[in-house]
Amino acid sequence: MNPSVDLHALAPEIVLTVGLVVLLVADLLAPERQRWQTARLAPFVVLAALVPVLSLALSDQPTRVLFDGAFVIDNYALVFKGFFIVVAYLALLMSADYITEGDYYQGEYWFLLVAAVLGLVVMASARDLISVFVALELISLPTFVLAGWRKHDPKSNEAAMKYYLIGVMSSAVMLFGMSYIFGLSGTTMLSSIAEWMMRTPLSPLALVAVFLTLVGFAFKVSAVPFHFWAPDTYEGAPTPVTAFLSVASKAGGFVALLTIIYFGFFPASEVWQPVVWFLAAASMFVGNLTALRQTNVVRMLAYSSVAQGGFILAPLAIAAEGNASRSAFGAVVTYLLIYAVMNLGAFAVVMAVARRTGSGEISSYAGLGKTGSWLAIAMSLFLFSLAGIPPLAGWFAKFVVLRAVVEADTPWAYVLGVVVVINTVIAFVYYSAVARRMWFDEAPAAAETADGNGGVAVKTRPTLRTNTPPALAAVIGVCAIATVVFGVYPQAVAKLGDMAAQVVTRVL
Amino acid sequence: MNWFDHWALPLAVFLPLLGFVAVMLWPKADETGTKAVALISTLITFGVGIALLFRFNYSSSALQFHVDKEWIPVINSRFHLGVDGIALPLLILSMFITILAIIYSWNHFPEPHNPKAFLGLILLLEVGMNGTFVAQDLILFFIFFEIVLLPMFFMIGVWGGPNRKYASIKFFLFTLFGSALMLIGFLALYWQFNTFDIPTLVAKHGVGLSHMAELLIFGGLALGFAIKVPMFPFHTWLPDAHTEAPTVGSVILAAVLLKLGTFGFIRIALPILPNAAKAYAPWIALLAVIGIIYGALCCLAQKDMKRLIAFSSVAHMGFVMLGIATLTVIGINAAIFGMVAHGLITGMLFFLAGSIAERYETRDMGRLGGVMKQAPHLGWILGFCAMASLGLPGLAGFWGEFPAILAAYDPMAGISQTAFRTFMVVAAVGTVLAAGYLLWMLQRVAFGNPKAEFEHAHIHDVHGPEWIAWVPLLALIVVFGVFPSLLFNISNPAVCSSTAGIAKAIEVPADAVPQCPSGAQEASAR
Repeated sequence: MNPSVDLHALAPEIVLTVGLVVLLVADLLAPERQRWQTARLAPFVVLAALVPVLSLALSDQPTRVLFDGAFVIDNYALVFKGFFIVVAYLALLMSADYITEGDYYQGEYWFLLVAAVLGLVVMASARDLISVFVALELISLPTFVLAGWRKHDPKSNEAAMKYYLIGVMSSAVMLFGMSYIFGLSGTTMLSSIAEWMMRTPLSPLALVAVFLTLVGFAFKVSAVPFHFWAPDTYEGAPTPVTAFLSVASKAGGFVALLTIIYFGFFPASEVWQPVVWFLAAASMFVGNLTALRQTNVVRMLAYSSVAQGGFILAPLAIAAEGNASRSAFGAVVTYLLIYAVMNLGAFAVVMAVARRTGSGEISSYAGLGKTGSWLAIAMSLFLFSLAGIPPLAGWFAKFVVLRAVVEADTPWAYVLGVVVVINTVIAFVYYSAVARRMWFDEAPAAAETADGNGGVAVKTRPTLRTNTPPALAAVIGVCAIATVVFGVYPQAVAKLGDMAAQVVTRVL
Repeated sequence: MNWFDHWALPLAVFLPLLGFVAVMLWPKADETGTKAVALISTLITFGVGIALLFRFNYSSSALQFHVDKEWIPVINSRFHLGVDGIALPLLILSMFITILAIIYSWNHFPEPHNPKAFLGLILLLEVGMNGTFVAQDLILFFIFFEIVLLPMFFMIGVWGGPNRKYASIKFFLFTLFGSALMLIGFLALYWQFNTFDIPTLVAKHGVGLSHMAELLIFGGLALGFAIKVPMFPFHTWLPDAHTEAPTVGSVILAAVLLKLGTFGFIRIALPILPNAAKAYAPWIALLAVIGIIYGALCCLAQKDMKRLIAFSSVAHMGFVMLGIATLTVIGINAAIFGMVAHGLITGMLFFLAGSIAERYETRDMGRLGGVMKQAPHLGWILGFCAMASLGLPGLAGFWGEFPAILAAYDPMAGISQTAFRTFMVVAAVGTVLAAGYLLWMLQRVAFGNPKAEFEHAHIHDVHGPEWIAWVPLLALIVVFGVFPSLLFNISNPAVCSSTAGIAKAIEVPADAVPQCPSGAQEASAR
């Protein structure tokens, strides 16, 4: 035991914790009319945490092990810490005008969002069942509250309630599985669990334990058949929170899954591979086919994110086959990075459009190509990127997934590859449906805008604004540029994926 | 001039992109300026193409104007461009057609007008087309191959006819599915050979792959290319896309986009997987001749002039595929000639169909008639193009079809002669049918008297921009018809060395390996 703690390694978490306290205190002390100032403070808190991440990345000791290996700084952790902080920053920018303009509590919003970021940043380093679980709860609990932030809207209440109940239930299932693993192996450390699994043949109880733990994570990443909460929660929650949930929080779940599978359960591949295979294929098919029928753009994006989750799971489903382990790991990381950019961008455009039309119906996008061409161009970029059309970033995400699948070189892997291909085609139909609304259709007469069938009827019509606030426009711009740049020069993001995947060679 | 050799291909590919950016930034109110910017950027691109023609070493079969830079090291994919005699004619064709398309649209932009967006899409299309012809890395090829999809999707969907939405999505989904399978094929190749570099893969000729793997990979690639060509039975997107697309969209689609598929066979599928190519050859040829007959029969059943031309594309591309499937020097040379000829002739026919539809506001051949009387120049040009399309000797179409049929008499050693000779006979019947439907179209559209409803309509004869856009095409149809060697001399060395490589890889007897001119052999040995 080394009593001295490497403070440098913990610096990102320390900065965020201090920042959280500052945010709380500022909100407490500031006079009522100055409260909006915390909106200015929160992004700085998050960005400040980026400084130690960068200094860690540049330091000559890139790998640091703390607390007997429960908390590790390596390339993988650093890539995701940086990623989470940047995503959180963009989410904060998206929230800024949304929260200050609406009738919402302010100080607490920023506090809760940054708390979730702290959880994400811890998650990137967690290498122990307990620290993984704590990080996961730290991500989930604030987001339960955030989902219900529009407290006068029953939809938002429903969103928070569903998310909370499902979240707590999945945590319980996961903990149940973890407790068996601890009971059998006598350790919570992932590396020790892996050794134990290598040493002893898996008992039926261990199989159940691994299975239950995975099911818990499947809830978190909203993989089919554990996805039912996602569309309702996404639709009801405030849109910036939805963006955060569908990108950051989902990525947090995937990081946990990567960590557990690669560092802990890897020897038990005969259990988790079929499970993940099924989750991946089901998520792609169900997500895409249901998205086809959506009329509300947020619900469509919710199902699309279920389907995208399937694409991200696909390389994990064959991670232990052939030479695929490293490229599968890299594929998941790369996919998450690219997915974040395009999905955040899409949600930012949804917010900007909702400000103009007051509607989230896909029909309200008709004629956007004429009335707001820049928004329409940006939205088209994001949608076609999500569909995986070159030269936009999404193609490379699909490409690395297929690469991992081909490297696995087993019949089941190829079947999964074909599933990926078929779903790429299905997904194009609904992504392009929005694009077709925007470009091929005429703008509807003003009266038709708000009546959707099946979606939210806008009850209290908010004041419609035609301008896009600078913060939101900046998010759209940054995401659009990144979508094009990552597509034309994928090395920029592939390099990060590859760096993170270096840990695989070290561990296995 | 050394800098030119390094910069020619990047310029050829990315100058239109620069033009696209310029068009996007140009103020929307200034329409003439926008058109001028677009036209100038395509003219400069074509200038690069002309310079390429002058600097090109015609006796060599090697790739020229190499550019090989790092691009995505993580997946070992490089920015590798190069052009040889197979790609050069198509590259020039693509540059050439784009200019004509812009000139033609000068003052008839289809509804909803918006020349800025329309021209921007044409320029983006050119980026993808030029890039595909010069890419020497599978991933780069894939990217360029896909870049053309979105602009064409929007072109059909925004500026197209009444059924445009259905046609645009159908076009996209078919191609997307094919190219995704093609990508898996590329990945499988990479997994075996650890490179995406096309020349390196060609040099390996698929050695080390199990026969089954080779067949599967070839199947994936062939499906991707066949949908693009399109070969029977994957052609159903084509008539819809062509019918609904605006005139210029149809022209580019027919003249260049379809060639991306056949080019993919010649550049990638055949030389990289020669054994699989040999195994599949009779089946490809079978589908090709079915396409010839089926396309022709469909033509005979059409009322819509544009749809007729679209089905005639299916038939003509059948000849191209038949030539390719023989795996012989003469067959593949014929295929390349056929691609260029089809680009010129069918491109021209779509221009004509567009102009006629614009004047009469219908493409229904039952209502048309007497164009010769009302607009004699238009009528005569239509007659000329119909002759060219049916393969009249002395015009370009002949040199695409006749050698392809000839090549089918004697395919590469080891491929069933009986099958190919049967196909030859069937294909020859197809030329008769082609004469049938083209003359029938000509008769119904151009001859006779105008129908009552148009009797007193004022039909404008060919006007300025149309003459400028069409005369070069008409001239080239004659020039290539009279001097086919102009084109055969460009393609032959590269085709010969490529075919010799295939022949050696499938281990035909030594006397059946094509003998190439000295320069070509050096390259294949290298």
